[in-house]
Amino acid sequence: MSQSYNRGLIEDFGRWKEFSAGMWAWIFHKFTGWMLIGYLFTHIAVLSSSLTSPEAYTTTIQGLESLFIIRVLEVGLLAVAVFHILNGIRLLMVDLGVGLEAQDKSFYASLIITGVIVVASVPTFLDGVTF
Amino acid sequence: MAERYSSFTPGGTGWLLQRLTAAFLIVVLAFHFFLLHFVNHAADVTFAATQARMENVGYFLTMVLFLVTAAFHGVNGVYNALVNQGLTGTRKKVVFAVLTLAGLALVAQGTYVALVMAGWM
Repeated sequence: MSQSYNRGLIEDFGRWKEFSAGMWAWIFHKFTGWMLIGYLFTHIAVLSSSLTSPEAYTTTIQGLESLFIIRVLEVGLLAVAVFHILNGIRLLMVDLGVGLEAQDKSFYASLIITGVIVVASVPTFLDGVTF
Repeated sequence: MAERYSSFTPGGTGWLLQRLTAAFLIVVLAFHFFLLHFVNHAADVTFAATQARMENVGYFLTMVLFLVTAAFHGVNGVYNALVNQGLTGTRKKVVFAVLTLAGLALVAQGTYVALVMAGWM
């Protein structure tokens, strides 16, 4: 049987200074999850402009994409999605009992790879828009 | 033995579905981002280009399945996060009902939008 550790309640955010890597991974996964489901509702709402007319859809998407703040938010969405995907793979592996002893290292790896992918994607996301 | 943090019951249907949808979403979410930000650029999106993609039955079915799995995974995740925070009793039942309705409404609206995009409605 696998060993478990009692680190106390993660929901007690006041003791965040005592949190271990795995607890931060748990909190980041919840936070990015909330962002993603919130975005999904927003995304379908924006795409619903296609119900008005094809022109309304094209104008809405291109109008939003012409805004610098939207491009910045898209980079944020990419960061949130990439971390959730990478940490999600880490969680599936942990569930399967693979690499449990290295779960802290795989959390750090998720953060670093997310950072690299996001930084490398910034030029693509900010292409053709000015502040 | 330490107290379990997760409100999921290991071996339960919700627990299993959350992981099965996760495995599917990892692939499709990455594909979605790649297709609409790197292969095509979001700023260049037009209704005609969207329709050209959505008319493909395989793409349409993938997007609808993407919507259904993402809605389930997200709503189930939110529900379990709230249960973890100590939600119980009547409030738990009300939250479950509201989240279920919101998820179903999201899938219904998104499927309708996809059908209109494909030109089938």
